[in-house]
Amino acid sequence: MTLERAVAPAQRAVDILGGDVSESALKGYLEGLPGVDAVGLEQRAAGLGTRSIKTSSKAWALDRIIELIDLTTLEGADTPGKVRSLVAKALVPDASDLTTPRVAAVCVYGDMVPHAVEALGAAHGDPDQGLVSVAAVATAFPSGRASRAVKLADTRDAVAAGADEIDMVIDRGAFLSGRWGQVFDEIVAVKDACRKADGGYAHLKVILETGELNTYDNVRRASVLAILAGGDFIKTSTGKVSPAATLPVTLLMLETVRDWHRWTGEKIGVKPAGGIRTSKDAIKYLVTVAETLGEEWLVPHLFRYGASSLLNDVLLQRQKLTTGRYSGPSYVTID
Amino acid sequence: MSFLEYAPAPESTSVLKLKDAYGLFIDGEFVGGGGAAFDTISPATGRRIATVATADAGDIDRAVAAARRAYDGTWSRLSGRDRGKYLFRIARLVQERARELAVAESLDNGKPIKETRDFDIPTVAAWFFYYAGWADKLDHAGLGPAPRSLGVAAQVIPWNFPLMMLAWKIAPALAAGNTVVIKPAETTPLTALIFAEILQQADLPAGVVNIVTGAGETGAALVAHPGVDKVAFTGSTAVGKRIAQTIAGQGKKLTLELGGKGANIVFDDAPLEQAIEGIVNGIFFNQGQVCCAGSRLLVQESVHDEVVERLRERMRTLRVGDPLDKNTDVGAINSAEQLQRITALTEAGIAEGAEAWSPDCELPSEGFWFRPTLLTNVATSNTVARDEIFGPVLSILTFRTPAEAVAKANNSPYGLSAGIWSEKGSRTLALADKLKAGVIWSNTFNKFDPASPFGGYKESGYGREGGRQGIGAYLQAADAPAPARSQAALDAASGATTTARPAVKRAAKAVAKTVTKPAAKAAAKPAKTSTRKAAK
Amino acid sequence: MTRLTVPKTYKLYLGGKFPRSESGRTYEVATPAGEFLANASLASRKDARDAVVAARGATGGWAGATAYNRGQVLYRVAEVLEGRHAQFVDEIVAQEGVSRAAATAQVDEAIDRWVWYAGWCDKYAQVAGNANPVAGPYFNISAPEPTGVVAVIAPQDSSLLGLVSAVAPALVTGNTVVVVASERFPLSAISLGEVLATSDVPGGVVNVLTGSPAEIAPWLASHQDVDALDLVGAGELDWPALEQAAAESVTRVSWPEQGPDAATPSIERIRAFTETKTVWHTKSLL
Repeated sequence: MTLERAVAPAQRAVDILGGDVSESALKGYLEGLPGVDAVGLEQRAAGLGTRSIKTSSKAWALDRIIELIDLTTLEGADTPGKVRSLVAKALVPDASDLTTPRVAAVCVYGDMVPHAVEALGAAHGDPDQGLVSVAAVATAFPSGRASRAVKLADTRDAVAAGADEIDMVIDRGAFLSGRWGQVFDEIVAVKDACRKADGGYAHLKVILETGELNTYDNVRRASVLAILAGGDFIKTSTGKVSPAATLPVTLLMLETVRDWHRWTGEKIGVKPAGGIRTSKDAIKYLVTVAETLGEEWLVPHLFRYGASSLLNDVLLQRQKLTTGRYSGPSYVTID
Repeated sequence: MSFLEYAPAPESTSVLKLKDAYGLFIDGEFVGGGGAAFDTISPATGRRIATVATADAGDIDRAVAAARRAYDGTWSRLSGRDRGKYLFRIARLVQERARELAVAESLDNGKPIKETRDFDIPTVAAWFFYYAGWADKLDHAGLGPAPRSLGVAAQVIPWNFPLMMLAWKIAPALAAGNTVVIKPAETTPLTALIFAEILQQADLPAGVVNIVTGAGETGAALVAHPGVDKVAFTGSTAVGKRIAQTIAGQGKKLTLELGGKGANIVFDDAPLEQAIEGIVNGIFFNQGQVCCAGSRLLVQESVHDEVVERLRERMRTLRVGDPLDKNTDVGAINSAEQLQRITALTEAGIAEGAEAWSPDCELPSEGFWFRPTLLTNVATSNTVARDEIFGPVLSILTFRTPAEAVAKANNSPYGLSAGIWSEKGSRTLALADKLKAGVIWSNTFNKFDPASPFGGYKESGYGREGGRQGIGAYLQAADAPAPARSQAALDAASGATTTARPAVKRAAKAVAKTVTKPAAKAAAKPAKTSTRKAAK
Repeated sequence: MTRLTVPKTYKLYLGGKFPRSESGRTYEVATPAGEFLANASLASRKDARDAVVAARGATGGWAGATAYNRGQVLYRVAEVLEGRHAQFVDEIVAQEGVSRAAATAQVDEAIDRWVWYAGWCDKYAQVAGNANPVAGPYFNISAPEPTGVVAVIAPQDSSLLGLVSAVAPALVTGNTVVVVASERFPLSAISLGEVLATSDVPGGVVNVLTGSPAEIAPWLASHQDVDALDLVGAGELDWPALEQAAAESVTRVSWPEQGPDAATPSIERIRAFTETKTVWHTKSLL
């Protein structure tokens, strides 16, 4: 069966599966991926978690973690004022130490995008250039339970308001019931909706919501599916479902990205989100990226942390390294 | 600077309170040795750590006599409950001094602190905990009600997991009610001597455990001693054979854990990423100085190239260097002698046509080091596919069908371990049935647990350590006749008056009893156990 | 006028067939009073070698059969033994010079022991094996498996009972056997071979050699393809030397036992010729 589509399939899928990207071709391809042994995966992740990072490496790691953070607020109670405060923190995370780098992006709901853009002003731009970009969650985040038309409108709206990055959710219901073509088509359509007025595209981060996909085999397949459909990033979670990001799930996604790079030469980004609250945890992810994909992946267009409270813990550790004294919560700002 | 260098993270050696010289531990005390003392060195630097005594024949006599006295006078009279409590004490003390033991082990052996800290020492404690619980439950060990201990156990252990091997030997022996004379390996005596301090802290009755250091001669004298009832050895197959020959006719129950050439079988439907980790762990764990190492990779032809490529990629991230750095994955080779053997065998493999590959890692300038190495283009007939290298060298062979995998895996005089990597359960289970190996790991490798029996088929040895089977190796059924002993052995035993084995009397009685029993009457009650054997 | 009987030629039992010794040698078997009974084959080292080859060839099928099937086959052996009861009694009386009552008791007990062991086939692994509660996400199980080829020096003081007591336990778990029969009482051993040959036991599973244990045992002990050596009947030989020879290929050795009731039935006797195999498999829902 060939899928009926509003837009053309992603070029990646055409390259891999041939011109006719059918449901059965997708199914055959994804089911042919090597299986994942959960115990081995979790042990490898635990092993990477035991790396001991000291002195100069730790200082470098803490700064790099800040530079890779998507500083996030995704509350029903968000207001323009809250977003302005978030942006201020993104630009100057630690007023007591102006050598502290900026975060990569602020991540907000679609209707907050104009406020974020306005607050950033001239600092709005590509994080690889030291600027801060605006990421918007879209496609009926976090559940994704809306019609495709609504999801696409949600996306276009955010892009039109100035979002540089779109964090979409996949249809987990469709995925779990085996309608992989439907999931694929939706990502393709959202990617199309990411087109900006200038002809470029907002970066598309595809949220797999791994806590709902449940099994590692599902995560592996969904990761490849999202990449085939044109995702620039694959992202673990919305942060609204537990478990959110875990080290084994992130490792698995990094391995998938590494395999994709091996097959095609193309570099895909990875974003663990939700549940990473301490510097110690964040360093484990940094180590995992470095030992799985190499240090060249530790740049804002290839790796992000989706986090809110992480930043302050990193700042506390950073202050300790600078001053030699342990710091406390009164010495970092709430955003 | 590369983040991946992580900056050095050395474990502090300040926890170590080493003495400059160590004596033998006999009858609860440290005493001098009759042989020439020797230095134990750090293989990572070649530098001396401490001087250690050598036990000569007289020392062995005294150690065996102390063990016999402790057996007759104390340990065999103690309740299982109290024996268990002593073992619990030891387990706790090992946990309390875990950091110190881990540092000492890394220093003396050359293995990464990551392994001693997260594996060796926790396993030591776990082993004592596990067998502590057996001490008062021997009726359930599988030998019928009220099984008997054997007497004095002579134990000789290797250098690859020094303290862990000591625990594997001592814990079940004591739980079953035996007393022990143990000889640590010449190159790694340090943790055993710290363990002697732990025994003192635990207030273990004097003579229950005696630790005699020295080289091969000391071990040979110990196992041959007529006052010994049980011999347990872990080490090379060549030495194991010599021991079995030495004690033939002496009626000593024997457990042998010998060499291996483990096949690690990777099918095309394997969970590939985890298989790569398993292969790496299988051969580079403890620098490959592991008897059950997965040193023969059998990979299905269709995925050979991909597996080799991924292995190389993974091996590039291995950190080789200072064993005391917490980020070190691969440490030093234990001795100059072992390094020479690894080098010679690898060169022999290359001469026979194998292609060697190693990641481009810098090795320290002093000490004993060998780069993690892959050998491809290896044929089943090559030396490196048959001989145990006991180092970080993986020989890669291919197969086409499951039947061929089984045939190649079993084509070895060894039979200790094997690995299977596949997502197809039915085939994995059928393969596990057909592999001639004592331990089979499926979708994992190099896993050990005190509850899990470990030991080999064929020339990898006999008897099991760990689990219920492991305690059986130190027991005999209540009604078992005494082991058969040659006249020479009987004469030797009666000559060694201080260490005489009471089993001699039982032997004579047992024979007399069976001879006078009419066949038909005995036959009517087919229940009595009478087989004695070396193998379990 | 009495009928002229047809005497039996006692040959070896190798690979399911009854060949003469390749050496062509025989020796006289006599009653305790010295009367000639028969010429038995005097097996050579080459016969021993052939026997090991036959036994090795039979391991796959016998060990690979289901435990239930092995039990059925061994039970069938007992049935056929029962059918030949009188013949075995006659042979024992003739060889050992014992009373018919004693010979009958020996045959009865031999058959009963055989039945006892037959019943163990599909139970032994349950008694000797176990699940291991390891500290990790693993399925872990230990089970006994046959050691392989077992060479047996049968008890020398009994014609049938010792032989049965030594051979049957090795067969339970799937080992194959090369047995050197009692030197003085070899006739029952060959008759047992006839029973095995006619009761569904695959050729090569049991191989019977008659002749001199002192001559053959060293070859079996040092044979690298023999996995275990049961010296139960080797008490009069230089058995420490045999144990030493066996050590050269890490062969498992069981020690001699003395007396007319050597090799008393026991589960230990089954265990002596098994290897514990432990299998780990990862376990996860994810």
